[in-house]
Amino acid sequence: MKITQVLKAVTTAGALALMMSSAALAVTLNLGNGSEPGSLDPHKASGDWENRIIGELYEGLVAEDAQANAIAGQAESWTISDDGLVYTFKLRADANWSDGVPVTAQNWVDAFQRLFDPKTAAEYAYLQFPIKNASKINAAEITDFSQLGVKAIDDKTLEITLEASTPFFLQALTHYTGYPIRKDIIEKFGDQWTQPDNIVGNGPYKLVEWVPGSYLRGVKSDTYYGKDNLKIDEVRWDNTEDLTAALNRYRAGELDILTDFPADQYKFLQDNYPGQAHVAPFLGIYYYVLNQSKPPLDNVNIRKALSLSVLRDVIGPDVLGTGELPAYGWVPNGTANYEGTPYAPDWAEWPYDQRVEEAKKLMAEAGYTPENPLKLQLRYNTNENHQRIAVAITDMWKQIGVQVELFNAETAVHYDALRAGDFQVGRAGWLMDYSDASNTLDLLKTGTTQEGVMNWGNNYGRYSNPDFDSLMDQASKELDLVKRSDLLHQAEAKAMDEFAAIPIYWYVSKNVVSPKITGFEDNAKDINRIRWMSKSE
Amino acid sequence: MFGYALRRVLTAIPIVLITITVCFFILRLAPGGPFDGERALPPDVMKNLRAHYNLDQPLISQYFIYLGGVFRGDFGPSMVMEDFSVSRLISIGLPFTLMLGFSAFVVGTVAGMIAGAVAAVQQNKWPDYLLVAIVLIGIIIPNFLMANLVQLFFGVYLRWLPVGGYQPGSIAHLVLPVLILSLPHGGRVARLVRGSMIEVLGTNYVRTARSKGLGTRLILARHALKPALLPVVSYLGPGLSYLLTGSLVVEQVFALPGIGKYFISAALNRDYGLVLGTTILYVFIILALNLIVDVLYAWLDPKVRYR
Amino acid sequence: MAGITGKDAALTAYANALATEAPKGRSLTQDALRRLFNNKAALVSIFVLTAIVLFALVGPYFLPWAYDKIDWAGIRKPPDWAKGHYFGTDQNGRDMLARTLQGTQMSLLVAGVATFVSVVIGILYGAIAGYFGGKIDAVMMRFVDIMYALPYILFVIILVVIFGRSPVLLFVGIGCLEWLTMARIVRGQTLSIKQREFIEAAKAGGAGPFTIIFRHIVPNLTGPVVIYATLTIPEIIITESFLSYLGLGVQEPQTSLGTLISFGAPVAEALPWMLFTPAAILVTMLLCLSYLGDGLRDALDPKDR
Repeated sequence: MKITQVLKAVTTAGALALMMSSAALAVTLNLGNGSEPGSLDPHKASGDWENRIIGELYEGLVAEDAQANAIAGQAESWTISDDGLVYTFKLRADANWSDGVPVTAQNWVDAFQRLFDPKTAAEYAYLQFPIKNASKINAAEITDFSQLGVKAIDDKTLEITLEASTPFFLQALTHYTGYPIRKDIIEKFGDQWTQPDNIVGNGPYKLVEWVPGSYLRGVKSDTYYGKDNLKIDEVRWDNTEDLTAALNRYRAGELDILTDFPADQYKFLQDNYPGQAHVAPFLGIYYYVLNQSKPPLDNVNIRKALSLSVLRDVIGPDVLGTGELPAYGWVPNGTANYEGTPYAPDWAEWPYDQRVEEAKKLMAEAGYTPENPLKLQLRYNTNENHQRIAVAITDMWKQIGVQVELFNAETAVHYDALRAGDFQVGRAGWLMDYSDASNTLDLLKTGTTQEGVMNWGNNYGRYSNPDFDSLMDQASKELDLVKRSDLLHQAEAKAMDEFAAIPIYWYVSKNVVSPKITGFEDNAKDINRIRWMSKSE
Repeated sequence: MFGYALRRVLTAIPIVLITITVCFFILRLAPGGPFDGERALPPDVMKNLRAHYNLDQPLISQYFIYLGGVFRGDFGPSMVMEDFSVSRLISIGLPFTLMLGFSAFVVGTVAGMIAGAVAAVQQNKWPDYLLVAIVLIGIIIPNFLMANLVQLFFGVYLRWLPVGGYQPGSIAHLVLPVLILSLPHGGRVARLVRGSMIEVLGTNYVRTARSKGLGTRLILARHALKPALLPVVSYLGPGLSYLLTGSLVVEQVFALPGIGKYFISAALNRDYGLVLGTTILYVFIILALNLIVDVLYAWLDPKVRYR
Repeated sequence: MAGITGKDAALTAYANALATEAPKGRSLTQDALRRLFNNKAALVSIFVLTAIVLFALVGPYFLPWAYDKIDWAGIRKPPDWAKGHYFGTDQNGRDMLARTLQGTQMSLLVAGVATFVSVVIGILYGAIAGYFGGKIDAVMMRFVDIMYALPYILFVIILVVIFGRSPVLLFVGIGCLEWLTMARIVRGQTLSIKQREFIEAAKAGGAGPFTIIFRHIVPNLTGPVVIYATLTIPEIIITESFLSYLGLGVQEPQTSLGTLISFGAPVAEALPWMLFTPAAILVTMLLCLSYLGDGLRDALDPKDR
C-alpha cells in the first residue's frame, strides 16, 4: 500500500516537473552530445563534442551553412589579394557579444595572439599556421606578438596576412581556433571564465547551465544578429557517453538528435524507426599502421601481401554493419580541391582469390608459409569495433602465413606505444581537420629533427621517402590549384604503391534525427549547426 | 570508547599521507600521460602543457608542490576537464553521489534485511527459495545489463519513468538509478542476514527461548536480530563505500552528475590531479565508515572490547 | 523449523569438544555430506553445475564450429540449425554456442582460482589481525584501508607493464583485489569468536596462537566465508571482463562469460541471441553456486554438529 503511494507521488511529481518545464519554455532541442566537454575555451577544446557547443556559443569570421560550407559569419564580406596572401574582412555592423559589447577586429587580434602564445599550449594552434609568423611565435622563435599577420585596421576591419597562399584558409577559419575572444573577460575571471556566469560569446546561443557529467544548457542570445531567424529557443546538450542508454532515451522521446549510435542497432533502427538513422560519408580514414623502422615490416613485399589479403568489402557492411566504404587510397573522396580520379591500385579490382594467391606468393618469397608463419602483434585501443576488425583481419592474414597475436590496451597506453614505435601493426584513424588532401597526406611525411630528437608526429609507422616529402613540399608552394592537386595525387600514389600503411575504410558519420527536426542536413564534415534547425511538437 | 575513537582519528593522518604518496608515485609509473590522446601533440605544445602543470619539474619537487597544495586545501586543476579545478568537480559531484549512494544504501539495506530474515525463518521452504532466487538475480545480473533492461522496460515500453538524464529537483529521474544501485547491495545484505540468522536461530539461547514458549516474532526481535546483524555490520562499511564509489556505471548510463565515474575515468585518462583528489576523498570516506562500523560492532557485541 | 528439529542434542558439549580436540569416532566429512545431500536445492544445484561444467569441457568437441572459426557467410545471424549455429553467430560470424562454452571454461577457471586466492589471503589476514588485536590489528587493517582507497586500475596497469600479460597474472590480480572485503569480514567475526569460552579453554590448555587460529577460529568462520565467497564469484566474473577490457585479461579470440555478456547487453533487443546464451549459462551457474553455498554452509557449520 505504502509503496504504491510513494510510486504514485513520485510519478506525479515527475510528470508535473515535465509539464511545467515544457509549458514554461517554447522550443527546446535535446541533443545527445556524446562525451563530456573537456573545455569550452576555443583554444583548449579538441573534440567534435566540444565543437558542437562552442560553435553555438561563438561565431567566427566565416561560419558554416547547413551543409557545413563556409559562409559569411561575423564578417559580412572579405577581399583576397591577387597573390592569395592578404585577406581583408569587413565585420558586420550588428555583430555583438552576449553582454551587449560590439564585436571588434581587435577581438581577433587578441584571439590569435592568445592562440599562438606558447603559454596557452593550444593543441590545435597548428590549424591556423598558414597565418604569417604563427608557427614561429608558437615555437617561441618570435616573442614580439605584433609581428603576427593579424592586424585590426579599424574597429570593423581585420586584415590577415598568410605565409603562403592557402586554398583552404577560409575553411580553416570556420574552425573554433578561428573564433574571437574577449580578452577582458578572460583576464577578469582567469580559469573560471568559461563558467556559465562568466562566459561571454558572440554566437546564437549563450550558456546558462553546466552540470558536469550530465548536461549543458544554452538559450537564444538576444544580442545575436540573426536571433529572429532562430527556430530553437533553448538547447540542452546531454552527455551520452553510453550509446545504448542514449538510444533508449531517444526512443522514449527524451532526446531529439543523437550524434552517434551503436552500429549494431543500425538495422534495428532502419526496421523500427525508418529514415531516422543517418549514415553519411565523413572525411576520415581508418587504417592500420605498419612499423617500418624495423624488420619484418620494413620489407615492402610483406606490407603488400598484408594489404592485398585484407578483404575490405566485408568490413563495413558485415563486420561493422553500417556499410563503411572500403579504402585503398589515403585521401577521402569529396575532399576539396582534389579533383581527378581517386587512387585505386590495380589489385583492388582483382577477385579476392587472386589477391590471396599473390599475397601467398609474396610471403613465400620472404620465407613465410602457413607452416612457418610470420608472427605479428596487432595492437588496438580497446573498443568493440576495433576488436571485431582486428579479429576479422587476423583470420584473413592466417591464410597467407601470418600468425597474429591481438593486443588491446586503453587509449593512453595504445597511443603511447604507437608514438614510441613500440609495436608492429597498430590501429589508427584520422578525421580531417579541414577539407584538404594535405591534411591526411601530412601523416606520412618524414619526421623532423628537433633538439637532436627525431619527432615523427602522427607518422606512427615511420614511413619515409624523400620523393614523397619533396612532392609534398612542392605542393605546399604551388599556387595553381590544379597543379597542386596533381602533385598531391602523385604523392598519394607514391606512398600507397609502397604500402606506407594499410587503409581499411572511410569513416561515416552516424546520427539519429527525430522526424520532428527539420533542417538537419548530412554533410561530409558532420557539422550541423542548430541555427539551421527547427523542431515541431 | 571515546579515547579509542580519538586514537583512530589521529592514526588517520599518516594513513592519508601514505595513500597520497603511494598513489602519486604509482600514477607516474603507469605508461601514458594525460596528454596522450589519439593525436600526437607537437613537441612545443607538449612542452608548454607540461610546464603549465609543473610536470617538467623533478618528480620529487612535483610531489612536494602537490602536498603543499593539499595542505592549503587546493587539489590542483583537472588535466582533462580543464575548465574545472579538482575541488570544484568534487564539490559539484560529491553531494549528488552521497545522496544517490545513501538512498540506495537505505533502500537496499532495509529491503535486504527484511528479505533475509523472512528467508531464514522460512528456511528451505518455498518463500526461502523464491526470495533467494530474487536476491541472487539482483546480485548476478551485471548492473550495465540490468540498467539497459529496466530502461527498456520502464522507460521505452511502459513509459512510466524517465529513461535517463538528470533534472534538478526531479525525483522521477532518480527512481531507476537508485533501484539499479540498491539491487546488488540489498542482495548481499539479504544473503548475509539469512546466513547469520539461521546460525543464530540454531544457538542455545534461542532454543531456550523457544522452549520457554516465546513466539517467533518476539524471539526474532529480542534475541536473534542483534547477534544476526554482526556479519552484516562488518559488510555495511565496505558496502556503503562501494555504493559511494561504485555508482560509476549508473552515473554513466543515466548521465548523472556524480563523482563515481571519476574513479575509473580519471585513472584511464591519467588525469593526475583528479585521481589524487578522488583517492584522498575515498580514503577519508573509508576511514570514517570503518570507524563507525567498529563502534557499531562494539555496541552490538558486548564481548568485543577496545582498549 | 530449522535449528530445533532432530539435530544433535549434545550441542552444549560441542564447544568443549572442539576446544580440546576435534571429535573422533565419527567422520566429519561423512556427516557434512549427509546433511548436504538432504538439502534438495543443493542437490539439484550440484547436478546442474556438474552438467554445465561437463558440457563446457566436452561440448566443444561435438559442435560443428570452433569458437574462433569465422563463418564469413553468417555474420550476426540468428540461430540457424541447418548450418549448425544453434544459438546464432556474433558480429564476426563466430558461433555463439561454441564461444559461450569456451567463455564458460574461462570464467570457471578465473572465478575458481581467483576466489580461492582471495579466500585464502582474506581468511589468513583477517583471522590473524582479529586474533592478535591491538597494534598488529590496527596496522594490518589500516593497510587494508589504504589498499581500498588506491585506484586498483592503476595497480593492474602497472602489473601488466612489469610482468606482461598472462592469464596467471589475471587470476592473481583479481584475487588480490577481492580479498580486502573478505579480510574485513573475517576479522570482525574473529573479534567476536575469540571471546568465546572454547577459545579461552584452548588457551588454558596451552595451545599456540596459530593452532588456535587454524583449529578453532577458522572452522567457525565457515558460514560467512562460504556465503561471501559465493557473493564474490559474480563480482569476479564481471571484474574479469573489465580487466579484459583494459587489455590485462583474456585476449581475443578467447573470451569469457563476462565479456560475452558485456557485448550482448547493448544489443539485447537487436541481436537477442548474443545475450541470451551467455546470460542463461551465467545466471544458472551462479544460482546453483549460491544454493550450493547455502547448503554447504548449513552442512559444515560446526555449531550444528
